Amino acid sequence: MTRIYSFHGGIHPPENKRQSLGAPIRQAPLPARLILPLQQHIGKAATPLVEVGDQVLKGQKIAEPTGHVSAAIHAPSSGIISYIGLQPVPHASGLESPCIVIETDGQEQWCELHPIENYRDLDKKELLKHIRDAGITGLGGAGFPTDIKLNLSKDHIVNTLIINAAECEPYITADDALMRERPNDILTGVEIIAHLLQPSKILIGIEDNKPNAIKALRDAIRERNLPIELVVVPTRYPSGGEKQLIQLLTSIEVPSGSIPADVGIVCQNVGTAAAIYRAVIHGEPLISRIVTLTGFALGHRQNYEALIGTPFSVLLEAADVDRSKMFRLVMGGPMMGISIEDDRIPLIKTTNCIIAATQEEMPPAPPAQPCIRCGMCEQVCPATLLPQQLYWFAKGREFEKARHHNLFDCIECGACAYVCPSNIPLVQHYRFAKSEIRNEEAEQLKAAQARERFEARQARLVREELEKEQRRKERAEAAAREQARKKAEADSVSSDTPDPEAELKKLKSAASIARTKLKKASEALKNAEEKGLDGTEKLKETVAQLEEKAAAAENAWQQATGAEQ
Amino acid sequence: MTIILTAILILLSLAVVFGVILGFAAVRFKVEGDPIVDQIDGLLPQTQCGQCGYPGCRPYAEAISNGDAINKCPPGGQSTIEALADLLDREVVPLDAEHGEEKPKMVAYIREDECIGCTKCIQACPVDAILGAAKQMHTVIVSECTGCDLCVEPCPVDCIDMIPVPVTPSNWKWPAPVSDPNLIWTDRGRGHLLQEGSE
Repeated sequence: MTRIYSFHGGIHPPENKRQSLGAPIRQAPLPARLILPLQQHIGKAATPLVEVGDQVLKGQKIAEPTGHVSAAIHAPSSGIISYIGLQPVPHASGLESPCIVIETDGQEQWCELHPIENYRDLDKKELLKHIRDAGITGLGGAGFPTDIKLNLSKDHIVNTLIINAAECEPYITADDALMRERPNDILTGVEIIAHLLQPSKILIGIEDNKPNAIKALRDAIRERNLPIELVVVPTRYPSGGEKQLIQLLTSIEVPSGSIPADVGIVCQNVGTAAAIYRAVIHGEPLISRIVTLTGFALGHRQNYEALIGTPFSVLLEAADVDRSKMFRLVMGGPMMGISIEDDRIPLIKTTNCIIAATQEEMPPAPPAQPCIRCGMCEQVCPATLLPQQLYWFAKGREFEKARHHNLFDCIECGACAYVCPSNIPLVQHYRFAKSEIRNEEAEQLKAAQARERFEARQARLVREELEKEQRRKERAEAAAREQARKKAEADSVSSDTPDPEAELKKLKSAASIARTKLKKASEALKNAEEKGLDGTEKLKETVAQLEEKAAAAENAWQQATGAEQ
Repeated sequence: MTIILTAILILLSLAVVFGVILGFAAVRFKVEGDPIVDQIDGLLPQTQCGQCGYPGCRPYAEAISNGDAINKCPPGGQSTIEALADLLDREVVPLDAEHGEEKPKMVAYIREDECIGCTKCIQACPVDAILGAAKQMHTVIVSECTGCDLCVEPCPVDCIDMIPVPVTPSNWKWPAPVSDPNLIWTDRGRGHLLQEGSE
């Protein structure tokens, strides 16, 4: 028998679990429209594989994972893709996010499934790929893609596999119902996980407030003779927190900023184990989950097996909601859940509970009063933090100090706010501080990126300028060289013996010029003689001179041509 | 007399020894660059917008280290001023309105059908966040845009808008819890009464 250890703090809020355990799991109705957010998990949003107007079959993959930490999404029922775009999603912000909307045709026609009969014969990589293709994420709450948790690198040696069946939060009974009704599904899933991780020890941690589930699991384990130990832990919120359950079962405290795998432990939720069973043995991807519908505004408070993407309004109608009594709609449990304004939002892979509460059940929070430093929050904090100090830092916007007081180890369980006598919404302060810090970090990252790009650009501009300068210089040099070459050429031409052809041309033109001049002069002389003008003597002289010149030129040309020929 | 001389000689020799040590240390342990400028630069938002009057964040960081005012950075806003005041041990001062006012984070958006492909905005962008070529449509790489505004002015057809960064579930922030200021009955209307009394 495994010894049970303890974790610091914890509280005992009213359980309110019995209300939803009166009836077995019921099938939720098939809605007319299924809304599938692309981001239902931790990591990057999935990338759609379908287009508007496409006909899809039940179980068909409609979006594939983007990058490593991401999960695929499948059509929960057959129908036609009617819209891909923004739709309200289950998120604390109440904002819209990209979704795929399917108009169901009511046929529920399955696509071809690929069950694996004997997974032990299959290569582990193939099996992991199969699980990844089934779009399985943690169904406990955070929604971390399961295949990554099962595909640990060589430096992580898993010695303990812990199956989280604690389900410590009030109202929620989805895991309880699953364990009561389908213990064998869970155990087969656990076997598959164990096959992948090869742990030396398998523990199932369950709170002692679920006697029926404990009996069902115990019987199934005994019947199949599995090496699984069922550890019943005392009921204390938040024993179902991953790090708290690990501490309860093994006394190992997961260090701040580490994951359980760093200390050789992997934790999986029972719902996830059942989903792995379905994916491997039946080949069915994750297209439905069990969700607790509870709260006194509902007529039928029980667990429903609902398709992912079913709008809350359809589920509420199925559970016979009395809207006049409904004061508050909560997704998740009363401790960690978020209030929902718009009931058109769909059920996603991580939605384990919907509470339609009346005013008496969840009255508006009384106004916060000043902190009296009673220290009760410190006593109940399961993460051994100093909630009061964190509160002051968050309120005073001293985020750096809050971070140094390990704000990010806070699991937002709400135990501190539950016991606070001044009704201070402590968790809200921590969430605010966390998102401010995250935002600041993101901005710093972006600033660093911008600086890098700016500097790279400056360097490029300088380089380009230098290159331009270099080119300009080269051009100038080339021009200078060219000029020098031309000059040198011209010089060499003048010093050389004359070109005979050019000389000949010169002589020819000189001869013809001389002839023309002589002709003009002799004409002028003739005119002058006819008119009896003065200065004929002079003209005669000129003509004689020209005659001589022309004869000389003619002679020279004749000689040159003669020499040439 | 000899005592005084010895004392002077000893002090002189000590001075020489320490001078040599200091001189050696100054050469041996010389710090490259100016570390305070790096620290200041690390606090500035790196939008490279030039609203401070310097051509980029680093020149402004250098100017601050040389004694310039710390309140000339509108994109950084009051939080940057506080961080700078904390680092430099200076007085926290409000943002200098002369250099602009603190605005929500913006991102440039090119109305692509109006873009004529002049590349003027590409040349203006300090972080190379605009993609395009001559006579081809340009577009902004949203994840790299710092919202500095510098591309808006050069655009000859005014097809660049600065739009606030849309809030999505991934960048949404939890709001600070607000406590009811009128917690006690006697608080109600009290501020009003006090105002009346002071008049």
